[in-house]
Amino acid sequence: MAENILELRDVRTYFPVHKGFLVRRQTGAVRAVDGVTFSVRQGEVLGLVGESGCGKSTLARTILRLVPATGGVVLLNGRNLGQASRAQMLACRRDLQMIFQDPYASLNPRMTVHATLAEPLLAHRICGKRDVQGRVDELMRTVGLAPRFARKYPHEFSGGQRQRIAIARALALRPRIIVADEPVSALDVSIQAQILNLLSQLCREMSLALIFIAHDLSVVRHISDRVAVMYLGKIVEIGPAEDVIDRPRHPYTRALVSAIPVPDPEVERARQRIVLAGDPPSPINPPAGCAFHPRCPYAVARCREAIPPLVAAGPSREAACIRLGELP
Amino acid sequence: MPLLSVTDLRTHFHTRSGVYRAVDGVSFEVERGETLGMVGESGSGKSVTCYSIMGLVPQPPGKIEGGSAVFDGVDLLRCSPAQARSVRGKRVSMIFQDPMTSLNPYLRVSEQVIEPLLIHENVSKREALGRALAMMEAVGISDAEHRIQSYPHEFSGGMRQRVMIAMALITRPELLIADEPTTALDVTVQAQILELIRRLQRELGMAVIYVTHDLGVVAGLCDRVQVMYAGRIVEKAGASALFRSPLHPYTRALQRSIPSLQPKGSELFTIPGIPPDVSKPLPGCAFAPRCGFADDACNAAVPELAEAVPGHAHACIRMRAGEISWDA
Repeated sequence: MAENILELRDVRTYFPVHKGFLVRRQTGAVRAVDGVTFSVRQGEVLGLVGESGCGKSTLARTILRLVPATGGVVLLNGRNLGQASRAQMLACRRDLQMIFQDPYASLNPRMTVHATLAEPLLAHRICGKRDVQGRVDELMRTVGLAPRFARKYPHEFSGGQRQRIAIARALALRPRIIVADEPVSALDVSIQAQILNLLSQLCREMSLALIFIAHDLSVVRHISDRVAVMYLGKIVEIGPAEDVIDRPRHPYTRALVSAIPVPDPEVERARQRIVLAGDPPSPINPPAGCAFHPRCPYAVARCREAIPPLVAAGPSREAACIRLGELP
Repeated sequence: MPLLSVTDLRTHFHTRSGVYRAVDGVSFEVERGETLGMVGESGSGKSVTCYSIMGLVPQPPGKIEGGSAVFDGVDLLRCSPAQARSVRGKRVSMIFQDPMTSLNPYLRVSEQVIEPLLIHENVSKREALGRALAMMEAVGISDAEHRIQSYPHEFSGGMRQRVMIAMALITRPELLIADEPTTALDVTVQAQILELIRRLQRELGMAVIYVTHDLGVVAGLCDRVQVMYAGRIVEKAGASALFRSPLHPYTRALQRSIPSLQPKGSELFTIPGIPPDVSKPLPGCAFAPRCGFADDACNAAVPELAEAVPGHAHACIRMRAGEISWDA
């Protein structure tokens, strides 16, 4: 079994909520990420799904230390990122890269593609000025773009091509793990498939680990080895991708899976859908006990009493529901 | 007689960088009470088609170059402004993708929901408010009496979309044009909104044009589907026929690039290249450069949309000639 490259232990990220104008006082906190524990092995693709506001993006940013964690530990190759000094963090960033959702906003419009790709190479002294050209060309080819396009600016590319550039930039330092925050959500179906193929191919060839964040379960099922489902800052279910999505155990995962429209009219007409009532509750003031209980069709009085821990729910699967054994 | 019949609609945008043929010869009909799905990637002209019917195309730079859109005997593209106003917003309503930007942030929801009634029907404000309350309840906003006095920012995305739907349906329109109303929403909320549209359609007996890029949504909701590419309709058929036996290579390719329909881990089928630039003249079939079946004849002339079997039309000359079989 491959070693764990990234490990999260009880990671928490809270954002303080202030009230008052002259006398500001903290009145509460948004618990965006609230006790997340998981690990990613070398070469593994972990899908992270959940609705907007569930904390998936904050979790990604916390891993990269783009926002400080309130508590818990993030270990990259066994090194605690939370305690790393500036210099150590710089070294760690080589191994840990990110791809963002919006390829229109994540590339500097005033930098040519060449400049964008050369910057990390020079900043980390991966290669000297003389070798940069060769390495940039190689990166362009890796992501399926012609090297001659390197002289162009981001606005001259389509959305899919820009996402390829963003991927090339993430690959420039030969990282061991990439966190991709909704990398295909802004793209059309036909382009989305191209980017998904590229990402899977890169992970295979470079034995790169990937945390793939998305809200589209069918995309996640396709690309991931394992899937973690988040609700209101917590992981409610985690396990092998096909198991979790084809045979969900947690009531929230069930509802999420049943809400995906299936592109087949006969199947659509025949199937029973669990339509959840209401919106996800506010992370400032989460419901007592299981955060999902107000929308859960199986909730009983006990669900309000304590926050359910993740417990084993089958081979290499865990789910956070106290009624797992009692559910139909 | 169909409720709406659009014939040879052409909407072009005259910009400094050329003439963009956003909609270039689109013809279709909508019968009373039916749901027509309009599918395509971004830039395929599906939204501009709807905007043209509703008279929402900014002119200039847009220009409706030709065609007609006859709604119950009135050509919406040529009638007097007064005539158009008597149809638009009363007998035909539209809901949009982004409910935040389509509601006025300065006005209470109550003002906005009753506005169509005050304009189109001779009712007092009191009576209008009563009907607005009933409508808000019908779209599933709990505590409507209290919530109707709120401002748009006080609602969540899903609730805002419900407000928009209430606003669109308050005049009991015969046709609702829904332009990607659930694209910005989470899947669980999307399931709620789709359920709502389905129920209200049954109750009010209205026709719906549902614009989306998501084939899954179309499968669950629509009676008939038309697929658009580069400003034209390339295929139209009943929903089952379109999903069971697509006849145009583009529809087939679009269907094949959906991850959930493909075995996990396999390389996803992709459509090579990117959609064409509609500002450049397209001598033949717009899809030919990306089509695996294209030959010289495809680039020679623009293919016509014609019925292959009753109720199922496509615009592919090679399919018509019997030269394409999907198994190959």
